[in-house]
Amino acid sequence: MVPPTPFPNAEALVVRGLTVRYDGRTALEGAEARVPVGTLTAIVGPNGAGKSTFLKGLLGLEPAEGEVRAFGQAVATALPRIAYVPQRAAVDWGFPVRVIDVVLMGAWRRMGLLGRLSPALRDEAREALDRVGMADLAARQIGALSGGQQQRVFIARALMQRAELYLLDEPFAGVDAATEAAIIAVLKGLRDKGATIIAVHHDLSTVGAYFDRVLLLNHRTIAEGPVATTFTREALAQTYGAGQLVAVPA
Amino acid sequence: MWQALTLQAGPNAALVSLGAALLGAAAGGAGAFLTLRRRALVSDALAHATLPGIGLAFLAMAALGGDGRFLPGLMVGAAATAALGLWAVQALVRHLPEDAATAAVLSTFYGFGIVMLTVIQSLGIGRPAGLEGVLLGATAGMLRAEAVTIALGGAAVLLALWVLRRPLAMVAFDPLHARMMGINPARMDLALMMLVMAVVLVGLNVTGLILIVALLVTPAVAARLWMGTVAGTAGLAALIGAGCGYLGAALSASFPDLPTGPVIVLLAAAVFVLSLLLRGGRHYG
Repeated sequence: MVPPTPFPNAEALVVRGLTVRYDGRTALEGAEARVPVGTLTAIVGPNGAGKSTFLKGLLGLEPAEGEVRAFGQAVATALPRIAYVPQRAAVDWGFPVRVIDVVLMGAWRRMGLLGRLSPALRDEAREALDRVGMADLAARQIGALSGGQQQRVFIARALMQRAELYLLDEPFAGVDAATEAAIIAVLKGLRDKGATIIAVHHDLSTVGAYFDRVLLLNHRTIAEGPVATTFTREALAQTYGAGQLVAVPA
Repeated sequence: MWQALTLQAGPNAALVSLGAALLGAAAGGAGAFLTLRRRALVSDALAHATLPGIGLAFLAMAALGGDGRFLPGLMVGAAATAALGLWAVQALVRHLPEDAATAAVLSTFYGFGIVMLTVIQSLGIGRPAGLEGVLLGATAGMLRAEAVTIALGGAAVLLALWVLRRPLAMVAFDPLHARMMGINPARMDLALMMLVMAVVLVGLNVTGLILIVALLVTPAVAARLWMGTVAGTAGLAALIGAGCGYLGAALSASFPDLPTGPVIVLLAAAVFVLSLLLRGGRHYG
């Protein structure tokens, strides 16, 4: 199912000198990242630090300069191996679509223009919904769901892509505690099977419990590495500004 | 009138009704994707931008000594200025809000077209009588070949919509995700606009270019009140469009003073009002 990576210690993602400018304003200036395969990484930084822009820029969804490699390939080539979960606000929630149809959109590459929507694909979509605890809501309209449930549908759609690298933009923003627990369980399960996950994350108190690695970002990369050695009081002060009081878990 | 409704009014009238039904189905189906993508207003600009092309094509054909009303020739001219209008909207959107850009293109092209039609009437060349039929549609006296063209064109648009239904829906729902899945949203938008243009061109002789947008949008918004899926919305919109096209053409054939386009559009509006009353303004879901 998942093609083997060419060499065992290959990086899932390498970003060098990523620069994004909007209307003359620089959102990101030479951001760097090296993310090993099979890890869960949090992108942390203050509001407006360019965290969402970092994801969109490296995916080519925003015009960006710099070099980005996923599994040693150019991102455009590696796109079929990457799943991206945008912020919930980016979608029209009045759209006439059922939960199961949204999840099946994740199977587009396997279905194509004229491919049949086989019972096997439907079963797989139901299984993906089951993994995020949404099995009984498959026929519900997407607009009738709570924010947390909508986020879980997006995660299920990403699961349908059978990707190796998952990029999530604030998956825990505005969701209930049950959703947060369900999503982090799914992400850890994916990591344990060898997938690589990178998520923009806001809650500094859960970074240690949820993630293996952290990327501190404020228009440029401040620090990057394992949570234990990188997620320090000094690095956070540097990221959020020296005067800012930041609570760091012991 | 009963004869017209049951296809007994002669083979030509039957063919016209069938053509109008297929055109209505194509317009309803294309309109569903158009409204879900929130591009209805752009299609209105596209339809109005066909008029100068029709005038130019008429003049060119009359100057060459032919019949200025030769339909395929008018369609080529209409397509050319409609494409120009679409390009103008895209170019203006870089400097203006989209609704302002669309309104500017719509009024400018339409105004130019009306001036051309007025000039053509005063020139007295190429038999211009009936050319104003492209504004509001005129199925009376339609040639057999024209009715067949309309039917085939409608069927071709329906087939293309069916083939493209998945990527069109994905781009309308979540264009960013569609891009991640290897679908080019700009290319899908262009394909949708080409299909809308085909509906406009095929509909020139049935609803006319002013009212074609009503046939695109009204069945779609009525269907949306009943259906909770893209396939359901597009399918029901196509059915509503087909019914209105068929009934409108048949009514207009029975009462020759009734203009076809306005009758079809009024029928679609009646379906929408009825849906709104029955559904109380709620969307399905």
